[in-house]
Amino acid sequence: MKFTKIKSGASVLASALAISFASITMAAEVEVIHWWTSGGEQAAVSVFADEFDKMGGDKWKDTAIAGGQNSRRVTMQRILGGDPPGAAQFNPGRQYEELIEGDLLLDLTDLAKKEGWAKFIRPGSILTNACIKNGKVWCVPVNIHSWQWGWVSTKVFKDSGIDKIPTNIQDFLKAAPKIKAAGFIPFAIGGENWQHTGAFNVVLVAQLGKEGYYRLFRDKDEEYAKSAEVAKVLETWRELVSYSDAGSAGRNWNDTTNLVITDKAGMQIMGDWAHGEFAVAKKVAGKDYECLIGPSDTPYITTDGDIFLFPKQSDPAVEAAQLKMASMMISKKVQVAFNLAKGSLPVRGDVDMSAVDSCMRKGIKLLEDPKNIIISQGRLLNEDSTGQLNDLFAELSFNPNLSIKDAHERFVSIIENAE
Amino acid sequence: MAQRRKKKLGNLQAIIGSIPMISVAVGVYVICIIYSITLSFTSSRLFPKFNFVGLKQYERLWGSPRWQISVENIWLFGFLLIAFTLIVGYLLAVFMDQRIKQEGLFRTIFLYPFAMSLVVTGLVWQWVLDPNLGVQSAMANWGFEWFKFAPLVNPETAIYGVIIAGVWQGTGVTMAILLAGIRGIDEDIWKASKVDGIPAWRTYFSIVLPMMKGAVATAFVLQCVSVVRVYDLIVAITNGGPGIATQMPAVFVIEHISIRQNAGVGMAAATLMLLPIIILLGGRGIIQWRAAKIEKEYEKKMLQASAEVS
Amino acid sequence: MSEEKPESSGNEPRGPKPRKISPARIGVYAFLIISAIFFTLPLWVMLMTSLKTMPEIRMGYLFNWPQEISFDAWVKAWDTACTGRDCNGLKPGFWNSVKITVPSTILSIVIAAINGYALSFWRFKGSNFFFGLLLFGAFVPYQVVIYPLIIAFREIGIFATLPGIIILHSIFGMPILTLLFRNFFGSLPMDLFKAARIDGAGFWQIFFWIMLPMSVPISIVAVILQVTGIWNDFLFGSVFAGRANMPMTVQLNNIVTTTTGIREYNVNMAATILSAAVPLVVYFVSGKWFVRGIAAGAVKG
Repeated sequence: MKFTKIKSGASVLASALAISFASITMAAEVEVIHWWTSGGEQAAVSVFADEFDKMGGDKWKDTAIAGGQNSRRVTMQRILGGDPPGAAQFNPGRQYEELIEGDLLLDLTDLAKKEGWAKFIRPGSILTNACIKNGKVWCVPVNIHSWQWGWVSTKVFKDSGIDKIPTNIQDFLKAAPKIKAAGFIPFAIGGENWQHTGAFNVVLVAQLGKEGYYRLFRDKDEEYAKSAEVAKVLETWRELVSYSDAGSAGRNWNDTTNLVITDKAGMQIMGDWAHGEFAVAKKVAGKDYECLIGPSDTPYITTDGDIFLFPKQSDPAVEAAQLKMASMMISKKVQVAFNLAKGSLPVRGDVDMSAVDSCMRKGIKLLEDPKNIIISQGRLLNEDSTGQLNDLFAELSFNPNLSIKDAHERFVSIIENAE
Repeated sequence: MAQRRKKKLGNLQAIIGSIPMISVAVGVYVICIIYSITLSFTSSRLFPKFNFVGLKQYERLWGSPRWQISVENIWLFGFLLIAFTLIVGYLLAVFMDQRIKQEGLFRTIFLYPFAMSLVVTGLVWQWVLDPNLGVQSAMANWGFEWFKFAPLVNPETAIYGVIIAGVWQGTGVTMAILLAGIRGIDEDIWKASKVDGIPAWRTYFSIVLPMMKGAVATAFVLQCVSVVRVYDLIVAITNGGPGIATQMPAVFVIEHISIRQNAGVGMAAATLMLLPIIILLGGRGIIQWRAAKIEKEYEKKMLQASAEVS
Repeated sequence: MSEEKPESSGNEPRGPKPRKISPARIGVYAFLIISAIFFTLPLWVMLMTSLKTMPEIRMGYLFNWPQEISFDAWVKAWDTACTGRDCNGLKPGFWNSVKITVPSTILSIVIAAINGYALSFWRFKGSNFFFGLLLFGAFVPYQVVIYPLIIAFREIGIFATLPGIIILHSIFGMPILTLLFRNFFGSLPMDLFKAARIDGAGFWQIFFWIMLPMSVPISIVAVILQVTGIWNDFLFGSVFAGRANMPMTVQLNNIVTTTTGIREYNVNMAATILSAAVPLVVYFVSGKWFVRGIAAGAVKG
């Protein structure tokens, strides 16, 4: 950060040192804000950081803030205050549309053309939907995550006397009382609101299918939102969360995953980043735990994930380092190492992923057919509407006084007014 | 003549010395507030934009269940917190006034939470009220299994958990202010009430209490201000959860000017946060109308003084 | 009400003289002791939890003395606790808080002393009007002005810098402190000022040679008020301080919300105590001054 420090008026001596130091190496520090703080995530982000530092000269300056919302809040406050970080993590979607409109981001178009991103990024929609606006490339997608996974402790099911692990939510609900009777937590969920929205959408997709999901969030179809089918989803959700434990309020997602890893809870619905936690704990898929895709017999998956964008900087040395970082993140070698650690799928179709386990193989297979892919909610709705849904679903989970009928009315009204 | 010129020069120096005060008073408390109120009528998102949309943001605000809950919470929180700190604070102050041994020790104990930040307060109470390892499990381990006390995990009761933390942090101050008030009462009052044979507890409640309106008002205003500002405590203890059960207006504003990128709604909420303060100050203004008289006399005294000097 | 001076009144208890043992006496002590237990318990729990090991914490005896005292959690909280790849514990936050608190306290007190002095002896046209505005500011919720201030600080170029956060604390400390100093200087005898004027001393001479030396007691009160207030601040630190100057409270919150699988309650509680240590020490050392400080700051606020 030697360069940017100068502007804040450090002492003459310090700036003189900084300038002489900088002119020799032309090195810059790039501050990266992200929310990868759990065990698996740390392992993954270290792939990026170590690789970037190894390239020599420039340095990765890590600013990790637990919780996506906390992290994005800080990024936004700092951009608003004119102190943007060198790079910031976002979820693909509309979280950063105003940053593009306000011309606050570094244009990556030339880099993308030179390296031919459009040729190897798969599915192509990841680049076109998330990063390209007005014909220019504004961000780097780094992985594909999907929400539609159930993580199951085999031991809990066995000890509860259930021989066959259910593969869909209806069967799980039938098995849940037995798990509870055996003294386990049937359904593990944490307290953060996004966990509830995410898991709720999983239930919604499993129940209404791809078409129903699109009618609600893409077409904003009020009539459909009012239908009894949607009310049924709310009911299923409520039944599901009734099988969670008292400690769920305020619990982080990874602490919740840990309940499944340590055989205290039966199932958690969580995106495939949970996979990284199992890997860190050295658990084996198919033996210690099961990953249920869907969880549904006709699964669809969203192609969420993480992207990095690079707010404009005044210093050319930092800008060069930003481009270098963008190129590093999407390079073949880094994509493989990073995604193995993270439990996510690479955005490149041309890398060797033979090292993946049975869980990821299921995902890759499903991803091959575009019919199975659905666009995530974050790209269909803006942050304000998503936030309102977050509030609603979290309240639905925690507030027994909110009747299904009232919740349904509120859901309809959010869909009506959604942007 | 020379003296008078010097006096003028002195005044100029005084104005120069007061530049920070003037610029803060005008810059922060006038311009910034007007700016915020203005933005509440615009469709600003992350950055300020001056395209006016009338009262649309206010409609949106009141249509948001999260805001409604925030408002309900702040009233409940404010009412109970102020009531508790005042009542318990006064009781403690009265009991402290009973020529007890170790007064200093008790005072230290009651007051130390006020030295702690609200973040610390929030984290401690979150831990004490933890459903699995907190006070509930400690009691169960001691054989009191019927004892259930984990308000923070239930949206119905979570706000009361927050109130407990607030009371813990704020009662000591109220006690200190009220005790100072009690000790400020004229000794003769006590003698007179003793002569009249009025029991001590009645003296405290029907004679002393009405006489220390000032101290009570101070404690009241102090708590009111801290209630409207409550932010750190919520962030640390529940982060607004479970669900949205413990959301507060202050959190709402910060969320909307940053992550939700809807500064228009955020500023509408901020404007409404200002309202109770204006009402409160208006009420106080009437009380202080009388104080202004004293002020005038003081001014006269000062004018006299400077006249004598020159 | 703003004319009240609790510090000048006697500190003698006024209750009836105690008889040796009476049910009422027992009641008084019972109430006080039960209250004292309520107020001490959290501190006790913090301390005990921070000295326990995780397996012992999981047994759920919240109030018990640790079976085996371990300071590992303290060391970790101070030195190696992680947020992301940053594993330096609370240490940098502590020094950042020092860097913020010391200059902010000095600057805000100097400004407030000048304000109070000018308002007491050198009234100029409109001085009371500005003071009234400033007092109004003592009640304004921060959220009302925070957004415009972010924009303003960006325009001036001090957002997320050390000078920025120092100026911010001075701004928000100004209303209460100015009031404090105005009331203090207002209580000084006018003759003092007159005499100095006759000797030909000007605005700054009187301030530096006469008023400042006399205002040591009130300055101590102001220092206590500011040090605890600024040290404990979270909102401004999280928005305005910038990454390089992140104060201890913000770092504490980051460390506590960062988990890798299990929440380390002992480390969290050790970190919490460490963050509370400075204001607690100020409190215990200053004793009656602290009480006077809050009473003054509050009574006048």
